[in-house]
Amino acid sequence: MHPAIQGLLTIIIGVSACIGYFYFSNIFLDKVLFPARGRHAGRNINRANMVRPWLFLFPALAALSLYLAYPVFETLRLSLTDRRLDGAFVGLDNYRQMFSEQKFWEALRNNFLWLLVVPALSTTFGLLVAQLTDRIKWGAVAKSIIFMPMAISFVGASVIWKLVYDARPEGADQIGMLNAVYIFMGGDTSHTWLTIPFWNNFFLMAVLIWIQTGFAMVILSAALRGVPEETIEAAIVDGANPFQIFFKIKMPQIVGTIVVVWTTITITVLKVFDIVFAMTNGQWETQVLANYMYDKLFRASDWGVGSAAAMIIMLLVSPILVWNVRNARKEMK
Amino acid sequence: MDNIAGQKSSLTWAVHFSVIVLVLLWLLPTLGLFVSSFRSADQIASTGWWKSLFAQEQNVVIRAEKPDQQKLIDGLYVIEGNLFAQDGAVEGDVSVWGTSSKDISAYAAGETADLGEKGRLTVEVNGDYRFVNDTEFAGSRGQRVFLTATTPPSFSFTNYKHVLSKDSGTSSMSKAFFNTLTVSIPSTIIPILIAAFAAYALAWMDFPGRALLIAFVVGLLVVPLQLALIPLLKLHLQVGIGKGYLGVWLAHTGFGLPLAIYLLRNYMVGLPKDIIENARVDGATEFQIFVKIILPLSFPALASFAIFQFLWTWNDLLVALVFLIDSSGDTTVMTRQIVELLGSRGGNWEILATAAFVSISVPLCVFFAMQKYLVRGLLAGSVK
Repeated sequence: MHPAIQGLLTIIIGVSACIGYFYFSNIFLDKVLFPARGRHAGRNINRANMVRPWLFLFPALAALSLYLAYPVFETLRLSLTDRRLDGAFVGLDNYRQMFSEQKFWEALRNNFLWLLVVPALSTTFGLLVAQLTDRIKWGAVAKSIIFMPMAISFVGASVIWKLVYDARPEGADQIGMLNAVYIFMGGDTSHTWLTIPFWNNFFLMAVLIWIQTGFAMVILSAALRGVPEETIEAAIVDGANPFQIFFKIKMPQIVGTIVVVWTTITITVLKVFDIVFAMTNGQWETQVLANYMYDKLFRASDWGVGSAAAMIIMLLVSPILVWNVRNARKEMK
Repeated sequence: MDNIAGQKSSLTWAVHFSVIVLVLLWLLPTLGLFVSSFRSADQIASTGWWKSLFAQEQNVVIRAEKPDQQKLIDGLYVIEGNLFAQDGAVEGDVSVWGTSSKDISAYAAGETADLGEKGRLTVEVNGDYRFVNDTEFAGSRGQRVFLTATTPPSFSFTNYKHVLSKDSGTSSMSKAFFNTLTVSIPSTIIPILIAAFAAYALAWMDFPGRALLIAFVVGLLVVPLQLALIPLLKLHLQVGIGKGYLGVWLAHTGFGLPLAIYLLRNYMVGLPKDIIENARVDGATEFQIFVKIILPLSFPALASFAIFQFLWTWNDLLVALVFLIDSSGDTTVMTRQIVELLGSRGGNWEILATAAFVSISVPLCVFFAMQKYLVRGLLAGSVK
């Protein structure tokens, strides 16, 4: 069967199964299990209403538990076992082995670099663009263009930037923009930017910053527009210059949103995989945790160490997780 | 107020200028790839894409036909032809030319050069030349002509035809295109329904443990999907789903649900309470309320999530690598193909650029058509 037809069938089956499940389970609940008639009509209605939320929630909860919650614990278990020994419990051996690997520390160092640089620069650029485009006529077009990379896949962006970083031998016409600009500015010779250890990390980060700035801009520009007009007017009357207005009046009022943007990008950074996988595959000291883990899992087939690396990523994410959950609960009260 | 009014013009210029710089920074990389996808391999490799937008001046050396091609016309020995036709690689308009490397711009197009006993040579703008001599041309090699030619910008769809044609063994991009579509459409539609019901329960039904469940969803929002890879792959292999479309649809559904539930719940909570309570009083069942009132009203949020999920599944590489692509390679997706091309044909920019743009074009269309919903979704979805 052709996959497209299979896909169409799946959509039909999936959608009708969903609707069928919700429709019939509700009918069953109201008509068969707790019918709203007879002696216990009142009690039955109450009981039906107690069960109904769980009917609505069941498919989602089942999928969430199976596809996200269960793997967290299973990965933890796998990280403590050894596949070659038939899954025998080996304690912290996998972690010990991982900590003894040079590549792991390199990945961890790079991940911290990414964590420092990417959210900071994306948020700064986003804020800058949001503020600058606020008052100009063609601001909407500018925003649209800066927002556009959000739609481009990490892999597509990697190709785009690989062309920017392309290097031709000395003397030949450069076809990569960076080298062309570099030589135009008086640079001595062309460089293969992605192979210069340490600095190449920043060339990879540029790709993610390029993608994430649009996200930061959209959210921050909404926040800036939400700043009460009176506070700005009062500042103008008091003789504040535009910079003072921005830094002393607007910024303090949107700090909450800045933190949200920052943490959201931080999570994206922790999971970054495609860019490194496509552009350098961790060569020339550009390894990151997600790619290190993929290497262990599917190239070295070492599920134990791979799981241990995944747990490190989870560990790095968990402060944000806790913080988010606490905020969400606070908001509900 | 005076000082502000006075500063305004210079500051406004600074603002316009900085925005232009930023926009160019963000636009040029993509534009570069886009332009490159319409150029031939030679063009891409020889000059930067930015030069291709303008007519280019090139200095080339082309040899005229060899003396053995000469004809005797009216008592004169003549060699005729077109220099560009001879060379094949270059095309354009001749501005100046010469016959010696020391003075390559000795003559303008249309002029005749008198080379003494070697003959008289005329080169026209379009590259036609006429080499005339009273005596027979000698030697075995054709006369060298140094040309300064202006080449107009030239673009073609050849790369796209090549990349998308089925029989080209290069990439089978057209197959990958349909595979990607097969992955992303069901993965977008299925989670929406499941999430909508759950979001409604979390927003408008009162039951013990609701707050805890919402916290659970918010927590799962940030769980890295890297953790799910091995346990789920093992699970899929155990229950017999294996690697394939079903597996990838299920995985995308699971990974997309937290955001879907969160987005939809946030939106549904904001719907007017009166409508729902009136409907309840009028005797509508919860199912009817959901289908007839909540779903139509939540259309903007549904659209936002659909766009997110579509972009995410279309652009995804990792989930497809783990859950879909088996060793046969029949189910490969575009992102995977592009990574392959990057590895094996890192230098073939014409194929790489075109393949990447085929893959990027669909999300870009979705993006520009539905930007409004995307922005709305982002604003609702970022955890406040």
